[in-house]
Amino acid sequence: MQNLTLLDGQKFQITLQRLCRQLIENHNDFSESVLIGIQPRGIYLAKRIAEELRKILPEATILQGDLDITFYRDDFRRRDQLVPNQTKIDFIIENKKVIMMDDVLWTGRTIRAAMDALQAFGRPEKIELLALVDRRYSRHIPVEADYVGIEVDSIASQKVVVSWIETDGEDRITLLSDAK
Amino acid sequence: MAGLSTRHLLGIKDLNPADIQLIFETADNFKTVLNRPIKKVPSLRDVTIANIFFENSTRTRLSFELAEKRLSADVVNFAASSSSVSKGETLIDTVNNILAMKVDMVVMRHPYAGAGIFLSKHVKAQIVNAGDGAHEHPTQALLDAFSIREKLGDVAGKKVVIVGDILHSRVALSNILCLKHLGAEVMVCGPTTLIPKYIGSLGVKVEHNLLKALNWCDVANMLRIQLERQDIKYFPSLREYTMLYGLNKQILDSLDKEIIVMHPGPINRGVEITSDVADSKQSIILDQVENGVAIRMAVLFLLAGQTP
Repeated sequence: MQNLTLLDGQKFQITLQRLCRQLIENHNDFSESVLIGIQPRGIYLAKRIAEELRKILPEATILQGDLDITFYRDDFRRRDQLVPNQTKIDFIIENKKVIMMDDVLWTGRTIRAAMDALQAFGRPEKIELLALVDRRYSRHIPVEADYVGIEVDSIASQKVVVSWIETDGEDRITLLSDAK
Repeated sequence: MAGLSTRHLLGIKDLNPADIQLIFETADNFKTVLNRPIKKVPSLRDVTIANIFFENSTRTRLSFELAEKRLSADVVNFAASSSSVSKGETLIDTVNNILAMKVDMVVMRHPYAGAGIFLSKHVKAQIVNAGDGAHEHPTQALLDAFSIREKLGDVAGKKVVIVGDILHSRVALSNILCLKHLGAEVMVCGPTTLIPKYIGSLGVKVEHNLLKALNWCDVANMLRIQLERQDIKYFPSLREYTMLYGLNKQILDSLDKEIIVMHPGPINRGVEITSDVADSKQSIILDQVENGVAIRMAVLFLLAGQTP
């Protein structure tokens, strides 16, 4: 595997900060908006964004939840065993603006499943998507993100991995390639 | 990721402790699904399941059917009493005819021990045993252990006594195997005639005095006296059985600790358990029923996920 760092250090922080400001532009004090991280890796992004937003807007109540999409995937029985993660949404999403977050947007299938999964919790007024990394030109279905950290051109055999201080010891986005 | 180590759920015998943990963790997730406004997930939308019941059932059958429907599976039901079985069709013929209609999984209850194992060797579909004679009833044992885990935090180290007709009970055998896997201590209690002679080989204690057993345990699982399986008299009268092995409020209150009372249903009120105990705070009988759906969803989900 050949590893290429796409983003780390201060630039990583600046990107997160920019995403936060873009969110504030559209959602003001978040009284009508909620953040949902998609399991398993999007929850770290959502938690970090929520943390940053609370620093910027100390008065605001930022609601953040985790959504597991295992039961809604379209590749169940077509791949290895799927094992579910926890869903934790302790608030009402009916008539709220929901901002779904995932670390990497690739084929778009995860997001389709997430929109299905979200329906079980009510009818949001609007659903938006925030992706830290957008792997361009590789969508299998017509899904696009409203907020993008960085755009990456990659091929199917490559892999984009986002590491977080909380779990991996550092903030970093890495592109892994097959060493052929 | 690692799934279950077995393709069918024929008995707790086939499961290892990791399988049981996986089923519990998956059931935790399904339990949260069942508390949502929309209780249905689309996972099994391309799976057809036949519920084949050669023996009467209310809870298990309803519970399986609800679990299947909440996973979006297509469900067909079949009861032996209203079918061609009464015209002399064999088990394999019956099931193969059902499978010819493109069924992926079979949930079966049968009065003969080993019917599920036999079937799994002769037909292609995945088999889930919903009770075979006096042999095993794996989903009941899983939901019982799941309910204990929910109530007490863990099953390991807990003391569970199973009271009543151990000889004719598939719930007892599956429960013993499941609880032992999870590290609980198990005791059986009942009249000598209703305790199998070699039960000690399963690593369980035997006690014939109900009060002593209750004083020892954290959880008491009261079994039904299965009169329909008893072709000879195992005890002089039901009234005597109730006097010696029936659980009532007086006995429960005389203990120096609060134990948890379970019953796999159907209850014979006033025989193995009195109404005031069955409906008391210490009873988790209805929690068991609620957890049954989540456990069955987890089992079906994990088994169905194996098909490539």
